Amino acid sequence: MSRALILGAALSSVVVLMALLSFVWTPYDHAALNIPDKLQPPNAQHWFGTDHFGRDMFSMIMVGARTSIAVALVAVGIGMGFGVPLGLTAAARKGSWLDELIMRGNDLVFAFPSLVIAILITAVFGPGAVNAIIAIGIFNIPVFARITRGAALSLWEREFILAARVAGKGAARISAEHILPNVANLLIVQGTIQFSLGILAEAGLSYVGLGAQPPTPSWGRMLADAQTMVSFAPHLALIPGLAIIVTVLGLNLLGDGLRDWLDPRIRVARA
Amino acid sequence: MLRYALKRLISLALSLAVASVVIFAVIEVAPGDPASFMLGVNAQPETLAALRAELGLDVSRPQRYLNWVSGMLAGDFGTSYSYRTPVAQMVADRLWVSLPLALYALTLSTLIAFPVGIYAAARRGKPGDLAVMGATQLGIAVPNFWFAMMLVLIFAINLRWFNAGGFAGWDNGLWAGLHSLTLPAIALALPQAAILARVMRSALLDILGEDFMRTARAKGLSRRQALWRHGVRNALIPVLTIIGLQFSFLLAGSIIIEQVFYLPGLGRLVFQAISARDLIVVESVVMLLVFAVITVNFLVDLAYAAVDPRLRSRT
Repeated sequence: MSRALILGAALSSVVVLMALLSFVWTPYDHAALNIPDKLQPPNAQHWFGTDHFGRDMFSMIMVGARTSIAVALVAVGIGMGFGVPLGLTAAARKGSWLDELIMRGNDLVFAFPSLVIAILITAVFGPGAVNAIIAIGIFNIPVFARITRGAALSLWEREFILAARVAGKGAARISAEHILPNVANLLIVQGTIQFSLGILAEAGLSYVGLGAQPPTPSWGRMLADAQTMVSFAPHLALIPGLAIIVTVLGLNLLGDGLRDWLDPRIRVARA
Repeated sequence: MLRYALKRLISLALSLAVASVVIFAVIEVAPGDPASFMLGVNAQPETLAALRAELGLDVSRPQRYLNWVSGMLAGDFGTSYSYRTPVAQMVADRLWVSLPLALYALTLSTLIAFPVGIYAAARRGKPGDLAVMGATQLGIAVPNFWFAMMLVLIFAINLRWFNAGGFAGWDNGLWAGLHSLTLPAIALALPQAAILARVMRSALLDILGEDFMRTARAKGLSRRQALWRHGVRNALIPVLTIIGLQFSFLLAGSIIIEQVFYLPGLGRLVFQAISARDLIVVESVVMLLVFAVITVNFLVDLAYAAVDPRLRSRT
């Protein structure tokens, strides 16, 4: 195992464990106002300081991790749930009108500036975590469809697939029983990468007020709140930002590490 | 080449057509009638009907779609519900902030990424390369709007080299305009430069393993000469594509960065329009951005095929 994998796994688990822990324990009530203690810099009582309402930043970061992880995770789920079957179908029916339709549809979604469409969706259907998830999730679909199709196409040429066909299995069964398990590693790696992109996208949407709405804590909105106070309370901006960076960095390292560890031959286009 | 260009042109037109239908449909299902929103709940039915006619809302949906598209083709983007001014005029004013910002950031990103990527590739596996890879890994993880806030904190609030926000306007000279776009452009450019530097490095490493690089060395070129004459030139092709893609990231990313710096660009226009439920403005700006992105991708594809004949046979 590489150092990247270990570091990435460690950083990611810290964030996930913090989010899970927040369901049963946080140092303070993350929503409790305590005006006399407002705007404290990090200290022994409040490890990450307090915000302009005296709320404990550490507790808010912990609960905010839930929002980020939930949004990004469901968005990856949407991408895989729709993208993988589409990719498998396109590969099984290579060259048919169905393949052509799926791939052209993919190109079209790819060509859209995702952030702009996310803004359009949340603007029309109202801001909120669910619409943010849908907006981010839609753009995950072509990523997974494309990567699944690419990997599946080369698998279809292999002897063991031919053997399965000779044994009388249909395309759907072969895709589910033989192709899918063989592209799983690739999907896990890409899933990690899309997960980290989802965290960044959620933070951006929340920052402009289109993500999770109050009272749900979210890192992006903490940054938006901090903006006017950054000159006299820089920790308000510094801490949520570092939380995002640690999470995204951890996931990216985990993805890179997993890719090399699971299969040194696979090379996922990364940009 | 002509056949390829024609094929790509048809797919460009198709993409734009589908995009316009999708955007129109999304706006159409939006709850609330713009006319009643503008006049409030106590409006007289006659006034409401008159306003609906004035805004072109009283015709059927397909007719409204055709009016919208044909209007845009003629340069008429409709009239803003809340400002009662032509959307085209509002967009044109804001474009003079957003477009220079995106280009400024693209230039910075390229200027930073090229030398860094080449440096790392030339020193593969050595401490310099590892430092670049670590720094770029970090750069990818940084949200640009947070980075923007940190730049404001350091360079505007503490050092006072720049204003914390606002736009000086091009009327006050090129320098004043560029000066107020510098921090936003850096905030946009650095995370993108991290990605671009990694692409440059890996593209160059692929090229360095080619036979013709060994030949170049064998015929007596120094490492440096071979790197620049044969390596960098060939690595430019994949890098060009990423630069094209980055333009769309930067244009879209400028929407959020404009919020940090209070810049009067397309991003602020969109958010003001969203809060005023001025959907015709949202619709037109989104369509314009999608048009810009799809067109840039088309031009990159063409440039790509012009440079590399092998790509023309692939579709």
